[in-house]
Amino acid sequence: MKEVLAFIRKEFKHIFRDKRTILIVLVMPVVQIVLFGFAISTEVHNAVVDVVGDMTDPSVRRIVNSIDANEYLEIGEILPSGAMVESRIRKGKAKAAVCFEKDFDRHLKADGRASVEIIGDGADPNSAQIVTSYIKGVISSEQLSISSSSTRGGVSMRPNVQLMYNPAMNSSYNFVPGVMGLILMLICSMMTSVSIVKEKELGTLELVLVSPVKPFWIILSKLTPYLALSIINLASVLLLSRFVMDVPMNGSLALLLLVSIIFIGSSLGLGLLVSVISSTQQTAMMLCGMGLTMPTMMLSGLIFPCESMPAALQLFSDIIPAKWFIIMVKKIMIQGVGVSAIVKELSILTGMMVFLLWISIKNFKTRL
Amino acid sequence: MLDSTAIKIEGICKAYKDTLALQDINLSIRQGEIFGLIGPDGAGKTSLFRILTTLTLADKGRASVNGRDVVEDMADIRRTIGYMPGHFALYQDLSVEENLNFYATVFGTTVEANYATIKDIYCQIEKFKDRRARDLSGGMKQKLALCCALVHKPEVLFLDEPTTGVDAVSRREFWAMLARIKESGVTIMVSTPYMDEARLCDRIGLILGGRIIDKGTPEEIISRYPDRLYAVRDENMFRILAALRPVEGVLRCSSFGCECHLALAEGGPSGEEILSVLSAAGIEGCSIEKIRPGIEDCFIRLS
Repeated sequence: MKEVLAFIRKEFKHIFRDKRTILIVLVMPVVQIVLFGFAISTEVHNAVVDVVGDMTDPSVRRIVNSIDANEYLEIGEILPSGAMVESRIRKGKAKAAVCFEKDFDRHLKADGRASVEIIGDGADPNSAQIVTSYIKGVISSEQLSISSSSTRGGVSMRPNVQLMYNPAMNSSYNFVPGVMGLILMLICSMMTSVSIVKEKELGTLELVLVSPVKPFWIILSKLTPYLALSIINLASVLLLSRFVMDVPMNGSLALLLLVSIIFIGSSLGLGLLVSVISSTQQTAMMLCGMGLTMPTMMLSGLIFPCESMPAALQLFSDIIPAKWFIIMVKKIMIQGVGVSAIVKELSILTGMMVFLLWISIKNFKTRL
Repeated sequence: MLDSTAIKIEGICKAYKDTLALQDINLSIRQGEIFGLIGPDGAGKTSLFRILTTLTLADKGRASVNGRDVVEDMADIRRTIGYMPGHFALYQDLSVEENLNFYATVFGTTVEANYATIKDIYCQIEKFKDRRARDLSGGMKQKLALCCALVHKPEVLFLDEPTTGVDAVSRREFWAMLARIKESGVTIMVSTPYMDEARLCDRIGLILGGRIIDKGTPEEIISRYPDRLYAVRDENMFRILAALRPVEGVLRCSSFGCECHLALAEGGPSGEEILSVLSAAGIEGCSIEKIRPGIEDCFIRLS
């Protein structure tokens, strides 16, 4: 036991004496979660919307006012004609424009229908989509209230779309669980594999293997410090996402921690596996970077929804532990479900952890 | 231990892909002796050390260390041997003291408990005990590595090229340390590419191309040298080599620093005849002297 403690102590010294390791292990997660959750968001704030129309028209003014009142939208300029819309959008001065037809109010009151055109910036389809749907939402709610107050009545129903759990389409709800998965995997897999392969490469493992300490304990003492650091990271990421990113914590914290520990375990197993098959730090880095991080980013549902992938990629995404972890984190944190709703994902991830740890410990060479 | 054999190697063979690293090695090393494995780079020295320290498996053959089989009794062997690999294998980012404490603990002991064993060597680096291992000089790194290999009082010490890349003074000091360690009853197996270190060993094995080409005490090996050996000195070594190699009765002619060692067959030309051959070739003013062969001469004869 004293031997294992000496190993763990030594491992911590390696980590704390290397500035780069410290940077990767303790600073990078915070930066990443803030970047992904905050700066790199797909939501649109204060999008400038130009208006083409007669501002003396009461209905037009009413709609324009409520667009301006919307916290995501902001009225830019009132343009006299539609010809100027294009140049404003092309120069990036406006994100979208709303064009009201002539005699908008009269048409609306007389015929119950008036035409309004929304022009978005298709060069940036993501934000165009979001901005135009915001505007559409504002207009349809205005239209509804106008028609209910009008004497004519009987205006056709407008679809009222509401996104459950994330009514404001808050992208941090999607990114925080994903980045959590990415960070934990990066630290557990990459740092563990690099630290073991480093000993292989520098030849220090040769001397350690000659010692009477059993390889199992060598592995365990290699994993322990990274497990501890991962738990610290998990805590800081959770605190950041709860109190800075305002991601709700609707479910049980204990369940979330359990799920995270299982995910950390499977990532440590992956890291160990990488260290078994690679003989240089460079190979280990490449394997972790290209073989683990990229698929995790692309295929775990962090960026692209798994459901819209081709069948072959969907099948491939099933073997990525992060996918199951991200699904569970979303379910627990945002939907607030209990253990019964995540039995399938939990058992898949546990199975992966057991398999990965077993196969890598079994293949860890006790000789050179 | 009654059996006076410390290390027994029987028919060990080892190949890496297509290269035969070791071919039918048979050696027996006695308790408490310094056994030198002498050969050039790539001769198979490290492979043999790794097999004996249980780090690799031999393809064929058996080996035992103090009666323990290197395959079956791996755990026992690992507890009772000290190993110093050919490269510096301690943790560069740990200090001298931390490295030593770590290896002591890993081998289930403490520096204090075995301080007497390492005192002679450790006292030379103790004043640098807070220095990181990476900042030590070559000679000090080597002393630290030796301390770490000795800290658990091993029965057998394996030193793989401990003096490679170390300056002449440190090399001398190192061999003096080995002699003291030997006095405490430790069997030492040491490899070296330097032939001049052979006479510091009790017995040696010459290894080349994965084969043991001769073994015995340095004196035995030298006494088995059959030919007459002369040293020829001249400023221009190359013309001597070129002039003498085709002469009949000249077995070998090889340069040794500033002189050339000439092995002559029994009944071949005498020293004077060689001088006249040289002057006939227009080479004047060189000296010739009959000398006792060294280990290197034996090595060249056998290779």
